[in-house]
Amino acid sequence: MLSFIGRSIIQKIITLFFVSVVSFLIIHLAPGKPSQVDPLNPKFTPEMVERFRKEFHLDKPLYMQYTYFYRDLFTGKTLSWKDNQSVLKKIWERFLNSLPLFIVGTILTWTLSFPIGIRSAIFRAGFYDRSSTLFSYLLISIPGFFFAYILIIFVVNTFHVPVIGMETFGIGDPPWPRWFMDRVWHLLIPSVLGATGGIAILSRYVRSQMLEVESQDYVRTARAKGVPDEQVHYKHALRNALLPFVTMFGLILPGLIGGSVIIESIFSWPGMGRMAYEAILARDYPIILTVNFISAVLVLAGTFVSDVLYMVVDPRIRL
Amino acid sequence: MKTGTKNLLQDTGVVPRRSRFQDFWRLLKGNSLAFAGLIIFVLFFCTALAGLMLTSGTKPVFDPAMVRLQEKLRPPLSSANLETLRPEELPRLGVYLFGTDDLGRDVFARMLQGAWVSLTVGFVAVGIAVLIGILMGGMSGYFGQNHVRVDQILAAIVLLLGGGLLTVGTIFSGTLLLLIGGAYIVFSLYCKKGLRKGPLPKWMKVFFAGAISVDTLIMRLVDIMLCFPSFFLILTVVALLPASIYNIMIVIGLTSWMGTTRFVRAEFLSLREQDFVTAARALGVSNWRIILRHMIPNAIAPVLVSATIGIATAILTEAGLSFLGFGVPPPHATWGNILSDGKRFIFDAPWLTFIPGIAILIVVLCFNLFGEGLRDILNPKLRERY
Repeated sequence: MLSFIGRSIIQKIITLFFVSVVSFLIIHLAPGKPSQVDPLNPKFTPEMVERFRKEFHLDKPLYMQYTYFYRDLFTGKTLSWKDNQSVLKKIWERFLNSLPLFIVGTILTWTLSFPIGIRSAIFRAGFYDRSSTLFSYLLISIPGFFFAYILIIFVVNTFHVPVIGMETFGIGDPPWPRWFMDRVWHLLIPSVLGATGGIAILSRYVRSQMLEVESQDYVRTARAKGVPDEQVHYKHALRNALLPFVTMFGLILPGLIGGSVIIESIFSWPGMGRMAYEAILARDYPIILTVNFISAVLVLAGTFVSDVLYMVVDPRIRL
Repeated sequence: MKTGTKNLLQDTGVVPRRSRFQDFWRLLKGNSLAFAGLIIFVLFFCTALAGLMLTSGTKPVFDPAMVRLQEKLRPPLSSANLETLRPEELPRLGVYLFGTDDLGRDVFARMLQGAWVSLTVGFVAVGIAVLIGILMGGMSGYFGQNHVRVDQILAAIVLLLGGGLLTVGTIFSGTLLLLIGGAYIVFSLYCKKGLRKGPLPKWMKVFFAGAISVDTLIMRLVDIMLCFPSFFLILTVVALLPASIYNIMIVIGLTSWMGTTRFVRAEFLSLREQDFVTAARALGVSNWRIILRHMIPNAIAPVLVSATIGIATAILTEAGLSFLGFGVPPPHATWGNILSDGKRFIFDAPWLTFIPGIAILIVVLCFNLFGEGLRDILNPKLRERY
């Protein structure tokens, strides 16, 4: 166990190093220069461009830029090119905005998909199973932005509540129940949207996992003994079907930072995804690279956590 | 032919052996959702092909770029206003089948044009991904135990550095490095031909030591690629590159080959140990022939399934990129940018949102359903259980 942890940490650090190199190269070798973003801006005189290049080490060779960038990142001094603010601070602020979306979305996904999947596995090939299968394919296939507009039209026309943004613009300082409901309405639709794909995929997965376990011999034995159905499904089958999902807790981690570019930009939600999108538009390389780096760290940490969890919950597995 | 099989049946009482394709077709017809998916896909393919022919050229039948400002935001099926339009501005059928947008362009013509974009993006991107995936997965599954030598790694680094320097603009040292790398490769090929005289000196041995196995190399590459958040990476690269539909296809293809690689590798690892491969090798069949004729046909099933679902994902990704305003430059219509143009008029002209949205939904759904059906059909173990 210890040797596995040590080996995989070393391996992940090497992977991380290559990820940082590759992302750096992708961004810096692409055509176009950050100093030419706005050539028509009268403030961008050649001297300004020169100073800008010097300030951010753009006149140095690539490998020097690379070391400068990651030295700054690890000492927490990276500055955004757009407004000279600390990148980590900016990301932290946006992260706090994205966090409620992520939490509500994850809770919705994990609480809804299990009952749906288990029920359709128990009554397989029945009406409920068929309709939930078709419905989950529909949810997987629907483009998020289109679904967002359907929901916006529906909610705005039926309940007459504003939904764009984090709170109603100019709401001021209302009594707290009203403030609370306002925030809930604004939070609900984007997080439902973020959860739909997850619910559809996860419930399919739960269903197939349940079916897999229900066809095992020990389930048949339990049935043959005359164990009541409830107990067979929930005690014998479900407990074993849950195994792979424990490990999936690790894999939610990357979702923390990915956010959704499209959903956040539709709802004008000032979160991570939208910040990354704006940074791409403005060619704000430090932000793009930092977001990329953090999300790579989260992916690696997520797989690590899920491997370790797997070993903890399943004694048959020895890595 | 038919009477022949009938006679055989009567004479021997043996059910005639069905070909693989007939078997497949029978199973497909039994799976109603997958069959519906296939039919929608054929319809979509014909529409896209017709759309390409009807909307391109100098005098297209349906002109997607014709602006009629006096006819803007007409609802679907409304007939054209004959008095205000010049004869050449009339829509082909006399009615706007899907209405018009905020510039009075015919949405039906634009949808036709966009269908071809969605189709090609899906197929080309997945084609690239599958090609890379089979190549990488095949190499790591079949030649995985071979080791890459230190000198080969050095040569690759020199070549990559040279290429990188050339693209950055340092022409002299770039070309020099490329030449050195190229010369080394020619030299080592020449050496391999058999002109090796005597044992190598000791210090040279370091260069010829095996450094890392092919399998490890490729799998670590897959790990690295999986670390990137894919939509964000695609967005970054597409935003940095000049806007063109081909860039989108290539970028989507280059960022989605990892799954296929893993499938193919797993299949190859198990197939390599099978008896028929050993037999083929004992007969002296060359490696490439074994791979192409014996192993790939047996390993293709999971690849086909993931490719079909990959097409759906690629179409969704392209629509998302167009929606955000990246990708195909403006006069050309794609379903994503029709929707993103129409979102400003969502309460006045909902058809501008709903028509492309539903079209994308149906097409993506048909690929997903067909892919899942294919999974059930090609997997005999799963088939029995349902």
